[in-house]
Amino acid sequence: MGMTITEKILADHTDRDRVAPGELVNCRLDLVLANDITAPLAIQEFRKLGLKKVFDPERVVLVMDHFTPNKDIKSAEQCLTVREFAREFGIVNYFDVGAMGIEHCLLPEQGLVLPGDCMIGADSHTCTYGALGAFATGVGSTDLAAGMALGECWFKVPESMKFVFHGELQPWVGGKDLILYTIGQIGVEGARYRAMEFTGEAIGALSVEGRLTMCNMAVEAGAKNGIVPPDEKTHAYVAARARRPYQAFASDPEAAYIVVHEYEAGQIEPQVAFPHLPENSRPVSEAAGIAIDQVVIGSCTNGRIEDLRIAAGILEGRKASKKLRLIVIPGTQEIYLQAMREGLLETFVEAGAAVSTPTCGPCLGGHMGILAHGEKALATTNRNFVGRMGHPESEVYLAGPAVAAASAITGCITHPEEVAKQ
Amino acid sequence: MIITGRVWKFGNDVDTDLIIPARYLNTSDPLELASHCMEDADKSFAGRVQPGDIIVAGRNFGCGSSREHAPVAIKNAGVACVIAGSFARIFYRNAVNIGLPILECGEAAAALQSGDRAEIDLTTGSVKNLTNPGTYQAAPFPPFMQQIIEAGGLINYVKQKLEPQ
Repeated sequence: MGMTITEKILADHTDRDRVAPGELVNCRLDLVLANDITAPLAIQEFRKLGLKKVFDPERVVLVMDHFTPNKDIKSAEQCLTVREFAREFGIVNYFDVGAMGIEHCLLPEQGLVLPGDCMIGADSHTCTYGALGAFATGVGSTDLAAGMALGECWFKVPESMKFVFHGELQPWVGGKDLILYTIGQIGVEGARYRAMEFTGEAIGALSVEGRLTMCNMAVEAGAKNGIVPPDEKTHAYVAARARRPYQAFASDPEAAYIVVHEYEAGQIEPQVAFPHLPENSRPVSEAAGIAIDQVVIGSCTNGRIEDLRIAAGILEGRKASKKLRLIVIPGTQEIYLQAMREGLLETFVEAGAAVSTPTCGPCLGGHMGILAHGEKALATTNRNFVGRMGHPESEVYLAGPAVAAASAITGCITHPEEVAKQ
Repeated sequence: MIITGRVWKFGNDVDTDLIIPARYLNTSDPLELASHCMEDADKSFAGRVQPGDIIVAGRNFGCGSSREHAPVAIKNAGVACVIAGSFARIFYRNAVNIGLPILECGEAAAALQSGDRAEIDLTTGSVKNLTNPGTYQAAPFPPFMQQIIEAGGLINYVKQKLEPQ
């Protein structure tokens, strides 16, 4: 019997030829990742072990991205804890203000995660890296502490679900719309404990950025990991960045899936997920006219250069509605610089946007755009839970960058076509 | 291990932002986290919950972020056990790793109501409603996982195993 790409990567990181869903396996890790929220707790647990070194100082990645540049004394103390640990243990890939970016934008860009890798991150959106054909999953701080110590983690091999997107995408539809649509179909626990494998012509047509957006939100359906088998686009993306060898895997034609979902990509409209769960996704036409107070374009879901280009393409020569605040947050320093070179930042500022240094900031209600009671935001982020962006009585709608930019201009949720044709 | 306490009932898809809002994640202090536990779902919870109390919820408890601060907040608020129809996977693993007992039992989760008193036997997985009598059976943790819980979490468990006998 064949194996899925997820099963092959897990088997490759054990001493076994094959693994099957449900088996418990202990895997070697290519990379472990933590941020300024999860690393302090992981470091506290790691120190209890009394070790003098981490398993490999080049394979521990620490990114200060959530409450940075530090918003208050407590978050500054958290970063200080991590900074001191990084110095003491010679952590090579420690990213602080000025070098850092939003972790899940940063690691692929820096070539730190590669096809065929097996890795954990103390951040639920670690599943993003499946877009490169890696097995990557989120864990808590204690598992991360053990991972930093041993370079190993145990996993239950997940059953795989296959999602096939046939045909061509409609204009203005991207990875964000496909994943919101998918979560709407299967629900927020529709993939609980499972691998979500994305294939089909429409996935092949997506850029690597669009695939990163899709895999990023696999966890919002409860999945252990999202994954896209590598193709020429993946290799072209990785070749320019990789600093170590890697081995790409593909699913066997006879691999077993717990379920196969097939969708016609051409029938999927731009999507908007209503409060307070990502599964509440509907076509943007059903959300049209909802007035909003803030638009956020950025995050580990949609803070990449392609997202900024799409948003700037719509905002070019136009102004954001005075009824709302528009906040644009490039995902990394490199994206920021590229957006500057391409004139995108100028477009945003001319349109009336606040453009920020990279940070997770408002996505999790941290800083840089917190909502007051009764306010509504439309965001290209990944979660619209109660209180996610601020006051427990505020609301978050999720969408892709095209819908976000169009809505910023009109002041209410709007199909990008409505703005483009004007 | 037997737990007896009062039930606090919540719904489906209780996410980690409800358990401990991200605005309080600028600290790792367990008691400070506990003081904001469940704040956006029930503002009065942290002030009223008593040591030994039990959280009961529907499906997909702990979905969302990987923050271990969520089970840490629950445990340090005094909650002795969480019973739910199902758990999100990262929360499940984090709860075991920090030594918070959790049980998956849809029947008990449906039957128990806020204010009920319940008795849980973690060794057998038996859940008794003492207010509206009824007994429900959850799959207990295997012995090694019970040992992790009893040690107070994975790191303590590993240290105990490594210490010379």
